[in-house]
Amino acid sequence: MNVSVVVFPGSNCDQDAVRALASFSGRPVAQVWHGDPALPAATDLVILPGGFSYGDYLRTGAMAARSPIMEAVRRHAYEGGLVLGICNGFQILTEARLLPGTLLPNKTLTFVCKPCTLRVERTDTPFTGAFRPNQVVQFPIAHHEGLFYLPEKELDELEQRGQVVFRYASPEGSVAPEASPNGSLRNIAGIVNERGNVLGLMPHPERASDPVLGERDGLLVWQSVAGWIEGGH
Amino acid sequence: MDFRTVGLTENEYKTILRELGRTPNETELRLFGVMWSEHCSYKSTRPLLRLFPIEGRAVVQGPGENAGVVDLGEGFGLAFKVESHNHPSAVEPYQGAATGVGGIIRDILAMGARPVASMDGLFFGDPELRKTKALRQGIVAGIGGYGNAVGVPTVGGKTVYDEAYTENPLVNAFCAGVVRLEDMVRSDTAQSGRLVVLLGAKTGRDGIAGAAFASVELAEDTSASRPQVQIGDPFAEKLLIECCLELLEKRLIDSMQDMGAAGIISSSSEIAAKSGVGMTLDLDRVPLREKGMTPWEIALSESQERMLLIVNPDRMEQVLQVAAKWALDCTVFGETTGDGRYVMKAGGAMVVDLPPAFIGGNAPIIHWPSREPRDLEERQRLEVEELSPPKDLGAVLRSLLEDPNLGSKAWISEQYDSMVQTNTVIGPGGPVSVLRVLRGDKSPVFVAFSMEADPWKCRTDPRGGGAETVARTLRSLSVCGAEPLGWTNCLNFPSPQDPEVFWEMRECVQGMADAARGLSCPVVSGNVSLYNETPQKKILPTPLVVTAGLLSDLDGFLPWSRWREGDHLFLAGMPNTALGASRYLLRTFGLLQGKILPFDAGAEQDFTARARRTAKERAARSARSLAGGGLAVALAKEAMESGIGARLDVQIPTRPDVFLFGEGGPRALYAVPPASLPLFRSIWRGSPLTELGVATGNILDVKRGFSLSLAELRDSWRR
Amino acid sequence: MRHRAEIVVTLKSGVLDIQGKAVFQSLQQLGYGELEDVRVGKVVHLLLDAPTPEKARELARGMCEDLLVNGLIEEYRISLEAAER
Repeated sequence: MNVSVVVFPGSNCDQDAVRALASFSGRPVAQVWHGDPALPAATDLVILPGGFSYGDYLRTGAMAARSPIMEAVRRHAYEGGLVLGICNGFQILTEARLLPGTLLPNKTLTFVCKPCTLRVERTDTPFTGAFRPNQVVQFPIAHHEGLFYLPEKELDELEQRGQVVFRYASPEGSVAPEASPNGSLRNIAGIVNERGNVLGLMPHPERASDPVLGERDGLLVWQSVAGWIEGGH
Repeated sequence: MDFRTVGLTENEYKTILRELGRTPNETELRLFGVMWSEHCSYKSTRPLLRLFPIEGRAVVQGPGENAGVVDLGEGFGLAFKVESHNHPSAVEPYQGAATGVGGIIRDILAMGARPVASMDGLFFGDPELRKTKALRQGIVAGIGGYGNAVGVPTVGGKTVYDEAYTENPLVNAFCAGVVRLEDMVRSDTAQSGRLVVLLGAKTGRDGIAGAAFASVELAEDTSASRPQVQIGDPFAEKLLIECCLELLEKRLIDSMQDMGAAGIISSSSEIAAKSGVGMTLDLDRVPLREKGMTPWEIALSESQERMLLIVNPDRMEQVLQVAAKWALDCTVFGETTGDGRYVMKAGGAMVVDLPPAFIGGNAPIIHWPSREPRDLEERQRLEVEELSPPKDLGAVLRSLLEDPNLGSKAWISEQYDSMVQTNTVIGPGGPVSVLRVLRGDKSPVFVAFSMEADPWKCRTDPRGGGAETVARTLRSLSVCGAEPLGWTNCLNFPSPQDPEVFWEMRECVQGMADAARGLSCPVVSGNVSLYNETPQKKILPTPLVVTAGLLSDLDGFLPWSRWREGDHLFLAGMPNTALGASRYLLRTFGLLQGKILPFDAGAEQDFTARARRTAKERAARSARSLAGGGLAVALAKEAMESGIGARLDVQIPTRPDVFLFGEGGPRALYAVPPASLPLFRSIWRGSPLTELGVATGNILDVKRGFSLSLAELRDSWRR
Repeated sequence: MRHRAEIVVTLKSGVLDIQGKAVFQSLQQLGYGELEDVRVGKVVHLLLDAPTPEKARELARGMCEDLLVNGLIEEYRISLEAAER
């Protein structure tokens, strides 16, 4: 699979994503500068990495969402290509209107960095095919703005269309509000667009992809994407 | 202008007159005022710092550069240093702490290293006071706000509470970076005919004379000092890091300095002096953020997120291109010369003309009088027999776990990104933090860090406390299996003009040096912060130590909190220890008194060697070197985190409270699976070893001591 | 002609304002029992060159829609004054 990681000024998880994907796929991972007009040809998956693009100034993700490369990312998504926004990348996708909603400051009003358990809600997306239904996995979170927000009615529609892919859950799989580390509405940790080819995820699968660091559930995401691409989608 | 206005003494002014053979002008005088301040010149402590051993097998760069560097093999090195940002954090906690983190990161960057890990030593006052809570919230948020955004993981730290810090909180910021040794930057490599370049943020009036500010006691009303506070921009710093590393990788620069205390003057004169070149700087070309800045304000500004580069004119075009890619200002404002003069121009006139080596290096040493504290004997007096032993030792343990000094700090460390860069093997919360270091296409190695401070022991027994602080880091590293490489320190003290303070400082340093020599571990960098006092209160003597150790692989790493049912528990090291200046004595009796066990180099060497062998040969499952709260607190932490209790039945050789809560000396708690018992015993044969009991159930039960469930322990610890 | 535009950005009513909530609680703890509500927002100052105040306002509005304001959760108001040379 061909992966491109976009580097914005202030991205700081870009190299982590590059390493995780290069190590998983055994292929070089392209790094694309935010000012570039185009993605490398034959890109299967574009990753918008975590970090503090433009210092998180004004609103998280707002300025990155308006950088030149985002036109190419939008086109890639429109043509059915895969896009994964992790943490700040998720915030950028909402600001770019590639995903609905927005990410507000955590209910704790502090940055929160810790391992988190998530329940996978759908296994028929390009990003979750390798998961078992309702599987509980562990990815770390590290963010200050992770409270997913949409007005109530739109949230209901989002749920009805099955766009919620990951929820914060207890290790046993309960998605009671206490299991959410940031107060996210309905414990939402990750959503896809209607078509299912754009995923925004606050937790960090690239930080759970190396046994030396203790967690490896993130590999399931890469396995899912690889399987999807091999399946000829 | 009078020399006293800028903080110079009469003797210092006479030295300047003698050397220059003329009267310095106002700009020059102001530069001397800052460059010869305590913060920049170390004029009170230079003789003390010479006591530290600085040579060792692994040392690539010892004290004197922006950071020390030790060898990690395969052409890679680890640059590290700890630095105080105490006064700025007391005045403006968020920005003070944030710029402290930013400053130490640039120190590491200035060595040509990519910053890979931060840690912070925080010292707060009475935790119940609203003032302390506000300071703490600001400082923790500032560290996180900066470190998280800049993408350097905060992998550990140390938090201390004592009322002595209520008016004077301390923030000691540590950073480590990885450098390819062939790319290491030095400040003595500039030749004449090179360009002097400013990279990064524009220059404003931030922190004007901040270095001098750090060298005076805090005024009672800190709000009066506010205009001097610097504002941090982690976004700019992130761009600066990436830009500088790209410039180095493309070999476009000859040398580089960060701009910390005393800004342009300090960074540029250091390069000129160490490289033995002259320098001519045109202050009119410095990009400014504010109008009407005077030459001395420009020269001394401490605006953050700036670096000084020395560039060969042939490469300037490429340097500008890289800077433009990262959207950073990059301005040539001077050149190195062959005439050996350090010259600054402004408005077409020459405003400074000095010999470069004289600016930073020649502040006369001040030999402050030293006197043993009059109450030293009183501080050290402790008759254990006069203390009536508490009836309920379980309640004592619970109270110790509730002590904010010993309790869980997760609520702080979770506000820091400890995982970015995906090399954090063991993050905050344990006795050491472990980081993976990638060495290009060669196998990775692992580096363990231990940060320690025990100001209470340094108060009652400065020499013993200093030694104990250093030794603790070496024990923790050895117990987990790491080979110590070197250490850095921050000496936080009140005014050295008080002879008793100076005596305490000298004794602490002597003790630290003794331990370092005894365990053959050199100092590679450090920092001194003096005048940490208000008219009402002095801080405790507070040396903070961070030691780095090497693990060549994780097979030889012995973790903690891994008890399993049926493991045998051992106390390695002397069962008899001391209550002097222990947390137990303070918490239970309100006493800060007593001597501590004297440092015994032979016993420490023996212990650390056996400990490293235990880890390397995988003779134990879990181990924790003993520190605050002694054996009982170590037992509690191991039990809680392992999720398993223990039954202990020991013939206690002394009073139970001394055995359970005493502190000091080389000691560790081991859990050994039955199959490893013969190997473990053979490693420790000939050394004091006490079998304590067995890990089992969900109650920590110590016969003739206490019996507490894991739930009770956790309840107290997380309070 | 130069104009100074002040843009005040606030969360729409109905959107959870957790900063406002925290400030509210803190002020109450400090004894301000009269306090009924707190909303936290931000202020952006623009210095613009435009032929007329109407044009300046139009420019500022465009900037709000393009970047400064997230219409899903935020609303804004612009106040304009002539800037002296």
